[in-house]
Amino acid sequence: MGTIGLALTQAVDLIIGFDPQLVQIVWLSFQVSFSAVVIATVIGLPLGATIAVARFPGRQSVIVLLNALLGLPAVVVGLIVYLLLSRAGPLGSMGILFTPAAMIVAQAILVTPIIAAFSRQAIEDAWREYEEQLNSLGANSAQAALTLLWDCRFSLLTTVLAGFGRAAAEVGAVMIVGGNIDGVTRVMTTAIALETSKGDLALALGLGIVLIALVLALNAAAHLITEAAKRRYG
Amino acid sequence: MRAPTTLLPLRIEDVCFEAGGRRIIDGISLEIGAGVRTVILGPNGAGKSVLMRICHGLLAPTSGRVVWNGLQAANGRHRQAMVFQRPVMLRRSALANVAYGLTLAGVDRRERRARALRALEGLGLAHLASRSARVLSGGEQQRLALARAWALEPEVLFLDEPTANLDPYATREVEAAIANIGAAGTKIIMVTHDLGAAKRLADEIVFLHNGRVLERAGADRFFRGPSSREAAAFIQGELL
Repeated sequence: MGTIGLALTQAVDLIIGFDPQLVQIVWLSFQVSFSAVVIATVIGLPLGATIAVARFPGRQSVIVLLNALLGLPAVVVGLIVYLLLSRAGPLGSMGILFTPAAMIVAQAILVTPIIAAFSRQAIEDAWREYEEQLNSLGANSAQAALTLLWDCRFSLLTTVLAGFGRAAAEVGAVMIVGGNIDGVTRVMTTAIALETSKGDLALALGLGIVLIALVLALNAAAHLITEAAKRRYG
Repeated sequence: MRAPTTLLPLRIEDVCFEAGGRRIIDGISLEIGAGVRTVILGPNGAGKSVLMRICHGLLAPTSGRVVWNGLQAANGRHRQAMVFQRPVMLRRSALANVAYGLTLAGVDRRERRARALRALEGLGLAHLASRSARVLSGGEQQRLALARAWALEPEVLFLDEPTANLDPYATREVEAAIANIGAAGTKIIMVTHDLGAAKRLADEIVFLHNGRVLERAGADRFFRGPSSREAAAFIQGELL
């Protein structure tokens, strides 16, 4: 059996045996990305709904900017958050650089445009269909936005899951602002990068398998939810 | 100043509407009173739906104005309702769709459910109350849209080609529901290009062509002997 085969066997052993180091890294990853997505959802959904429904000067530019932010490079976000949070930076006094909190901030910045841009698109499509009816019933802009958020809830859930996938799979930002400190800020992606360069392929592969399984599970969940909703609600 | 107790008559004063450099409504003045069922009839592109949207307040006229018994259009909004050609159903139950309109109208939470149920019963939809609105058939959805409008107890109900997308059976049910709502005291103003629907439902006809009112008459008189050449041709089934 070659090196890779051996590493693969060991990786599977680590997963099946709930290796404490692996479990700790996976758990931290989950906590960081989950918190980031909660923050991004709280900001991104109302933002997307507002841009979809409101009419204001410069709206088209905002949409272009928002869509451009979808391709925001994670390392650049990491760099900016690093500069903000470093001792000399404007938010340095918070002292959260190289902590999970900084990683949550970076991932939230990364995911908010994703949730805002995709929800804007979904809600605007629905708005085109609903606008006259809601106006006829006397809904104001805020009521219309809330109604649309609720009526698009299944496609928005898919968006949020996609955001979670992006956060969990991202490496550049958490590496810079977290510092990949063993037991403190080491998450799946940064651990994979480190272990691979060290040559410890078993842990790297084990985490890689967990990460891929997670992304697969998220996409499957999104698909199933959408299908079930279509059948139930039309 | 106290609000008048009735919205009617509706006065349309010299209304024009332009979009994309085209004049869609070309100077219409009209007074629509209570009681009778008014059908705005005309070929596609005559400006019927636009005129209705202006009356309902969904579109602002380019010039002219709409006055409800002395009130500017906006003030009468909560006492009128509209049903569209394609019903827009929210992703929730039939009952919740009706209750939604009542919520926006500021109806008390406790009263909402009872009133929504009554409206569903009135349109023979009570057995579908808990079903998802969007999976109902076209005819059921259109009756649900009528229930949602009727639950608001509007004084005026606008209908924009309400049966254009329905099969004959569903059409009959929806038209019967419209007749019932009219009989219960709601002023019916309906737009259609369908001669059959106009004959079955109209007490009076307003005939529109190229953004102008060419003729207005009682339905019997209109169908027996229209006074304009265009209306005569339209009744004969010619393409205008």
